[in-house]
Amino acid sequence: MESEIFDLSMIWAMIIAFAVIMYVLMDGFDLGVGMLFPFAPDEDARDVMMNSVAPVWDGNETWLVLGGAGLLGAFPLVYSILLPALYIGVFLMLAGLIFRGVAFEFRFKAKTSRYLWNWAFAGGSYLAAFAQGVVVGTYIQGYKTEGLVYAGGAFDWLTPFTVMTGVGLMAGYALLGSTWLIMKTEGYIQQWAYRIAPWLLAAVLGVFGIISIWTPSVDPSAYERWFSMVRWIWIFPVLALFFAYQIWSGLRKRKEVVPFLATMAMFFSTYFALLWTRWPYVIPPNFTLWDAASAPGSQLFLLLGMLFVIPIILAYTAWTYWIFRGKVRVGEGYH
Amino acid sequence: MELDPLLLSRLQFAFVVSFHAIFPVFSIGLASFIAFLEALSFKTGNPVWERLSKFWVQVFAVVFGMGVVSGIVMSFQFGTNWSNYSYAAANFLGPMLSYEVITAFFLEAAFLGVLLFGRNRVPKGLHLFAACMVALGTLISTFWILAANSWMHTPAGVELRDGVFFVTSWSEAIFNPSFPYRLAHMVLASFLTGSFVVSGVSAWYLLRGREVEVNRKALSMCLWLILILAPTQAVVGDFHGLNTLEHQPAKVAAMEANWETSSGVPLLLFAWPDKESQSNLIEIGIPKLASLILTHDIDGVVPGLKDFPVAEQPEVPWVFWGFRVMVGLGLLMIATAFMGLLLRYKQRYWQTPWFLQGLRLMSITPFIAVLAGWVVTETGRAPWLVYGMMTHAEGVTPSLTGGMALFTLLGYITVYAAIFSAGLYYLMRVLQDGLEIDESHIDADDEMHRPSRPLSGSDVTFEHKGA
Repeated sequence: MESEIFDLSMIWAMIIAFAVIMYVLMDGFDLGVGMLFPFAPDEDARDVMMNSVAPVWDGNETWLVLGGAGLLGAFPLVYSILLPALYIGVFLMLAGLIFRGVAFEFRFKAKTSRYLWNWAFAGGSYLAAFAQGVVVGTYIQGYKTEGLVYAGGAFDWLTPFTVMTGVGLMAGYALLGSTWLIMKTEGYIQQWAYRIAPWLLAAVLGVFGIISIWTPSVDPSAYERWFSMVRWIWIFPVLALFFAYQIWSGLRKRKEVVPFLATMAMFFSTYFALLWTRWPYVIPPNFTLWDAASAPGSQLFLLLGMLFVIPIILAYTAWTYWIFRGKVRVGEGYH
Repeated sequence: MELDPLLLSRLQFAFVVSFHAIFPVFSIGLASFIAFLEALSFKTGNPVWERLSKFWVQVFAVVFGMGVVSGIVMSFQFGTNWSNYSYAAANFLGPMLSYEVITAFFLEAAFLGVLLFGRNRVPKGLHLFAACMVALGTLISTFWILAANSWMHTPAGVELRDGVFFVTSWSEAIFNPSFPYRLAHMVLASFLTGSFVVSGVSAWYLLRGREVEVNRKALSMCLWLILILAPTQAVVGDFHGLNTLEHQPAKVAAMEANWETSSGVPLLLFAWPDKESQSNLIEIGIPKLASLILTHDIDGVVPGLKDFPVAEQPEVPWVFWGFRVMVGLGLLMIATAFMGLLLRYKQRYWQTPWFLQGLRLMSITPFIAVLAGWVVTETGRAPWLVYGMMTHAEGVTPSLTGGMALFTLLGYITVYAAIFSAGLYYLMRVLQDGLEIDESHIDADDEMHRPSRPLSGSDVTFEHKGA
């Protein structure tokens, strides 16, 4: 059997984990830019901010849809437990993403109604970012299941802990957004981004500190995993702090690219710490990735398509970023 | 009153899928039309075809963009409201829906940008190739979605073990018995939609005397297309009906509001089906015609609803009336096509105001017909989600409460009302601006367009020019 040679479930877990982190890193900065929108110095700055993410944002969301569809195909149990568990949250996230997506298109074409699209863009970004942070929180918190179905209530996803993770991801995305703007803009907009980034970094570290202390009481197995003995897992928070320092010193030295890269690296380290805490559970506390897998034939059938399309999406993404490299200036893009 | 999560979930799915369907139904037909225009332009070098293509590409960009946005919602509906079904059918459903996503992204990544923004940047042949690939891509997307849907009507190639469908044959599951008919029926419907919208818009321009030469060509072309497509659709629809009679007799019985299995069944033009008394309270029909249409024999036997337990009967009025709306509009389309031919013979079709007005009105009919058709086939499958194997009640999310379902149903209605009225309003603006766009303006702005974003394909501002 092919499943003995290749662990298809493992390959799929890697593909989906990859899609998730790609999504978080890439849509993260453009959601962050959306959240910073209301605080921008002026309308010109808003044009520049939007132009800086306009060429790439819908490519970024590709990863969300790819991850979602892949989940149904490869780990149907995750799909059929998580979505009911997050029912209202999923709706809020989709509503946020829709408003945001349409605002992107129509703000450029609008004149008198522009302020409406500004609000739609910012509001949608906040909603989507918060909802995604809440998902992370529920993943740590675990899901109430009976047999193979979700058995909790409509608002189990909304607890003080998940609100905190929601706020945490909002702060994290805003930090990504601000360091992206440092890289992509110049002049007074860049100066503004330099001013707010340290505050956002402080907020991120503060919230992440609270979450780290809080997590063991929400999830006892996490305590076990982290404190039963000295483990390699500690390398990830150490790395995260190291990159946080890099962000801070990069900001102080007015570096343009380092803060953004270091923020992404910090996200990456945190993400791995989270995965390691829960590994190999995909629906904590009851189901591992092998429990949640679809039939090997289905996983294989879909894998062929994914292996074909992922390199194309990566190449296309790289090409788009390359084409639109460099600074975005006031007056560029169309009005 | 107790809120029923099952009914609300069905309403929600019907609502979001109907709103979503409007866009792809149009864009699939339009994509092929654009590819056709590009081919004509490439072959003849006549600038008229290029102008038409330039204009309709803008419309395509907006419609495609709205379809993508509303499609994101669809990919989550299965999990949020039909989690038991998702889990049970994932081995087949997952790959089908994922392949649709893969196709759509491949198409968007590789070719849409070239079609929308590459006209002056890539060789003409490559631009034509991109147009053809976009058209092909929309058809392949249709292929996957309809394979998944048809399988729910006529499941094949799977076995049900411990509540989970396992695929035993991919080819049997994908090419299940109703799939070829549904695919042909739907693709023709998309082409008809494209033709009627283009002809309606062209007629509107002609009524205003705008760009007469160009729009006359577009109208002529569409009328020829409709003349071929509309009667063909009737024939394909008939075959589809025969296929349904074979595999889903309860649906056909509901389409005809026929309660007793018998021969020489009349075709009912009007009826008031009543589930309680298991009969029609009022009916007006043409004797023996239903038997003739369904079995191609005047005394053929048509199944009756009473053959099925009351719990397994679909909601007859929806199926019966949905079917009549669809067929009625289809006949109107055929009549329009022949009227066009008649007027063409007199060389006056593009100068006949009442005909042009009629075409304007007809441009909305394909959308109604398509939605009515989907109402027939989907409510006609009830109470089954997977015909004969899994019911709606078994497929719905167990943890879902009526309150949750009502909240999201109202939520989606609100979001869609806001977003799609903006989208449709903008589409109207694009149509009002018409083909007479300042060419120099487009070329100057070309550098500013950002590829990968379909709506950037249009240059029209959101407000009226005076605003």
